[in-house]
Amino acid sequence: MLKYQFDWAVVLSGKYFDWLVSGVKVTIQLSAVSIALAFLLGLFIAVMRMSKVRPVRWIAHGYLEFFRNTPLLVQIFFWYFGSYKILPMAVNNWLVSTNFEFASAVIALTIYTSAFIAEDIRSGVLSIPKEQMEAARSSGFSYIRSMQYIILPQAVRITIPPLIGQFLNLMKNSSLAMTIGVAELTYMARQVESYTFKGFEAFTAATVVYVAMSIIITVVVTWYSKTILSPLRAR
Amino acid sequence: MVLGLDFHVIWNNLTYFFIGRYPHGPLGGVGLTFYLAVVSCILSFFGGMILGLLAISRNRLIRYASEAVIQLVRGMPLLMVIFWMYFLYPALMGHVMPESQTVILALTIFTSAYMSQIVKAGIEGIPKGQTEAAISTGLTHRHTMLHIILPQALRNMIPSFVNQFVSLIKDTSLAFIVGVSELTHVATQINNRSLIYPTEIFLFIAVIYFIFCYAFTTLSRWLEKRLAWAKAI
Repeated sequence: MLKYQFDWAVVLSGKYFDWLVSGVKVTIQLSAVSIALAFLLGLFIAVMRMSKVRPVRWIAHGYLEFFRNTPLLVQIFFWYFGSYKILPMAVNNWLVSTNFEFASAVIALTIYTSAFIAEDIRSGVLSIPKEQMEAARSSGFSYIRSMQYIILPQAVRITIPPLIGQFLNLMKNSSLAMTIGVAELTYMARQVESYTFKGFEAFTAATVVYVAMSIIITVVVTWYSKTILSPLRAR
Repeated sequence: MVLGLDFHVIWNNLTYFFIGRYPHGPLGGVGLTFYLAVVSCILSFFGGMILGLLAISRNRLIRYASEAVIQLVRGMPLLMVIFWMYFLYPALMGHVMPESQTVILALTIFTSAYMSQIVKAGIEGIPKGQTEAAISTGLTHRHTMLHIILPQALRNMIPSFVNQFVSLIKDTSLAFIVGVSELTHVATQINNRSLIYPTEIFLFIAVIYFIFCYAFTTLSRWLEKRLAWAKAI
């Protein structure tokens, strides 16, 4: 049926193997930097979203809705091709002096993911009983401090599984960075394919890496929920 | 002029953004985006239903096999699925498929895996007493599923299906990568032709996507509220 000659040595050794490995490295770098930034930004937006001041809440709400309901690819293109007209000159110069493709991908992935993370954090905070906040406020903590010391530490613990889920999505989404020339895993798999015509082998290798990472992450989340989260809930 | 942006480029290409070269050529732009999303949504509804039902089968082998397929697809980026279809299909079948069909196939496979989770959760959300009551009235397992469980479960799944449709609209933008002239592809074409208006063009299509997606997100929230209300009485 198939007249295809499999040749796994092509992708498992030599130059093309090194390409794939460097792709994996870039994927991990891109995901790690973006998830860290997205978490901080998402936390900030979530706190804004729950603010008492109405305009602040509206801004956060608008941010969430806009970035959640726009394709990531369009956002990547916007930051890569179109951001120079709206950013200050100094920022543009700095971005161009760094690795501009990588930086655009990080900006787009961070903003896109932060919108999802903010919602996860918010539902984590909403799951903390109101009495906790009331008790904190009546013992003299300000709103910000009650959030910081009482509510968020508990909420973050509950939010960890969905957050790890977001990290998984981010890692898969980072494949879109190939469209602007970031040499991550999917880009490299495609590169190997076009140099060697060994598409099966190259894509299988990339798929195995993605699926392996996602299985590891899923196992970690299940373990965390079972051994750490459910005893806490039961208490 | 806002922020020194010049939106004439949008105005001059408006029909191209919305319907491509149609009716003198193939459908493109927003029209094609919707065509891809709607067709893949209908197909993956059935795909998700089948996969979801297989994943709760009483036969352990079927259950494990379908779970493995679901996990595999969910572990992959959509872009990877599109590439697989793009290179695998011609190699297996010996003939090339039009790009838009490749994308529909990839979107269907990808979304079916996610839909199956909705179906599974929807069926598991129906109280066990319903199955027990149906079985003890003498219905077979198949009939219980078909006439008692699924009608109730499907109703509860509607909001999630609408959310999945929103994801599909966003995901169709990846069709750009294999050269299907949906909205994102049209935007890059116009950008390549006009060269100096990238900000305006990508801002514009972001807003277009946002309007459609937000409308459906709102619909799904409204449905969710209505269903909760219907259940409460």
